[in-house]
Amino acid sequence: MNQTVEPGILKDATDITAMDAKKRYSAGVLKYRQMGYWQPDYQPKETDLICLFRITPQDGVDPVEAAAAVAGESSTATWTVVWTDRLTACDSYRAKAYKVEAVPGSPGQVFAWIAYDLILFEEGSIANLTASVIGNVFGFKPLKALRLEDMRIPVAYVKTFKGPPTGLVVERERLDKFGRPLLGATTKPKLGLSGRNYGRVIYEGLKGGLDFMKDDENINSQPFMHWRDRYLYVMDAVNKAAAATGEVKGSYLNVTAATMEDMYERAEFAKQLGSVIIMIDLVIGYTAIQSISNWARRNDMILHLHRAGHGTYTRQKTHGVSFRVIAKWMRLAGVDHIHAGTIVGKLEGDPLTTQGYYNICRDAHTRQDLPRGVYFDQDWADLKKVLPVASGGIHAGQMHQLIDYLGDDVVLQFGGGTIGHPAGIQAGAVANRVALEAMVKARNEGRDIVKEGPEILARAAQFCTPLKQALDTWKDVTFNYASTDTSDYAVTPAVA
Amino acid sequence: MMTNPAGRITQGQFSFLPDLTDAEITLQIEYGLNRGYAWSVEYTDDPHPRNTYWELFGMPMFDLKDAAGVLMELQNCRKTFPNHYIRLIAFDSTRGVESIGMSFIVNRPKVEPGFQLERQESVSRTLRYTTRGYAANAPEGERYGN
Repeated sequence: MNQTVEPGILKDATDITAMDAKKRYSAGVLKYRQMGYWQPDYQPKETDLICLFRITPQDGVDPVEAAAAVAGESSTATWTVVWTDRLTACDSYRAKAYKVEAVPGSPGQVFAWIAYDLILFEEGSIANLTASVIGNVFGFKPLKALRLEDMRIPVAYVKTFKGPPTGLVVERERLDKFGRPLLGATTKPKLGLSGRNYGRVIYEGLKGGLDFMKDDENINSQPFMHWRDRYLYVMDAVNKAAAATGEVKGSYLNVTAATMEDMYERAEFAKQLGSVIIMIDLVIGYTAIQSISNWARRNDMILHLHRAGHGTYTRQKTHGVSFRVIAKWMRLAGVDHIHAGTIVGKLEGDPLTTQGYYNICRDAHTRQDLPRGVYFDQDWADLKKVLPVASGGIHAGQMHQLIDYLGDDVVLQFGGGTIGHPAGIQAGAVANRVALEAMVKARNEGRDIVKEGPEILARAAQFCTPLKQALDTWKDVTFNYASTDTSDYAVTPAVA
Repeated sequence: MMTNPAGRITQGQFSFLPDLTDAEITLQIEYGLNRGYAWSVEYTDDPHPRNTYWELFGMPMFDLKDAAGVLMELQNCRKTFPNHYIRLIAFDSTRGVESIGMSFIVNRPKVEPGFQLERQESVSRTLRYTTRGYAANAPEGERYGN
């Protein structure tokens, strides 16, 4: 054995199938494919978890060996042979790369399909799942870059998770709002408002016609506004607006804090004040999310997740974890809302790719849909559905596009598009609500809203001055930039 | 008199638009029927935001596939309860939904006095809120001048 080569690279190309156990487990370094992590004939079981990775191997590293290495490093392998493998049923514990294909239009990259036996994962634990499949392998030297593109979660594993505490169907029943997208706005400015001033924005937005207002991701408990102050003023605004309109209203109270104890304290106070919804940031971590989800389930609380931080690892196509995978994990972990992109707004979002995220949140059974970047059928086994949230740089003039792209089961959040209205926050809310209702009504009447949208809005603006002002103010605002994260799906011959 | 921008209770899908004509209501009913929904007519004189169960004006029309028939039920309800809130509700029995697909108000009292918000002061600056309809103190059937 040559002990000086980099892990996984060996002169001898003997296949594992031709090796006897004594030779296989003798001390030294073997190619990963020789250790059993490459099994091209493997038929994944119904109970296997399957990952699709996009691998960019270092120059000179064979793609199949790279795929086998990813399988190995995300399951049982270490860089050298260990005799202690022989104390275990190690064949079960090895992940198996079983297919490698070139990525269409991306030289130097391959897609690798890897199957993991169910025994590898602790029931109901996103932390354990992720520690396995993305724990070590993303820093592995023989790879230039690695991205987890998609994951097929077997029904047997899905059933170990409780999923969203409320779910979009029950949320609608609790709020008494059906047949249209929900409307929200994030309170602006993000920072600096006192509790009293903050509540003013909440009241104006909700009375004007929004269903929800929202804390921003970095509103926690800073010197300018203690969290208790915020909650007290916000809930007065919520109740006052509910009485003024006869509708159920809510405001996402962000309970993100330094410790779980702090988060529970804040959530308890939100509950005591009668809030229908609390909010967390993705940066609190998977375990904290599952804990607060349990709390929300016990306390009839809708749980809103702001995906703060996700762009650091979801946006670049060659490295990280696709947001479609994060969306799957969050549906399992149990959140009721998740920010999933706007398509037309200021933040990253290819239309088809974004629709893929939405489908993952809302489908009973997600079907393979390559143009939308969905690589696997996913049976959700009746797990509750997550309500996606579209937020960031959207305005009333885009209502037809938003409804066409995103459908009814979505929260449309117009922050600047409400609070920045020239006639005030209530007027901004009215503009959005009228645009929304007019567009839903027109669509239901059979009108082609994509084509006729601007005309439908202009007609509604004839009886609604605030809508006219909104359309005039933002008519030319668009964010047309190329998306970095698009789907690569042309069918190509396998390289191995 | 309610002071919100719509000047009235804003429950349902279309409260911010001018009242739908019967022709427009028919188009919405047809949309629901095409999606396989079953329509139901409900009425109340207690439109509290958390009053879930308005009175059924007959059973949900599971077997009625004709929009004109649904509209006729609505007109009967309007004749019987001209000064009540009436809404059309569409039930979606799809597995995994099994809830309401559409809901909008199609009749209102002439005057909508709205709701009072009562605050009960409690410890640590907390408040307990009660929403009470200004018309709710009168007995059922007498709340909106019937």
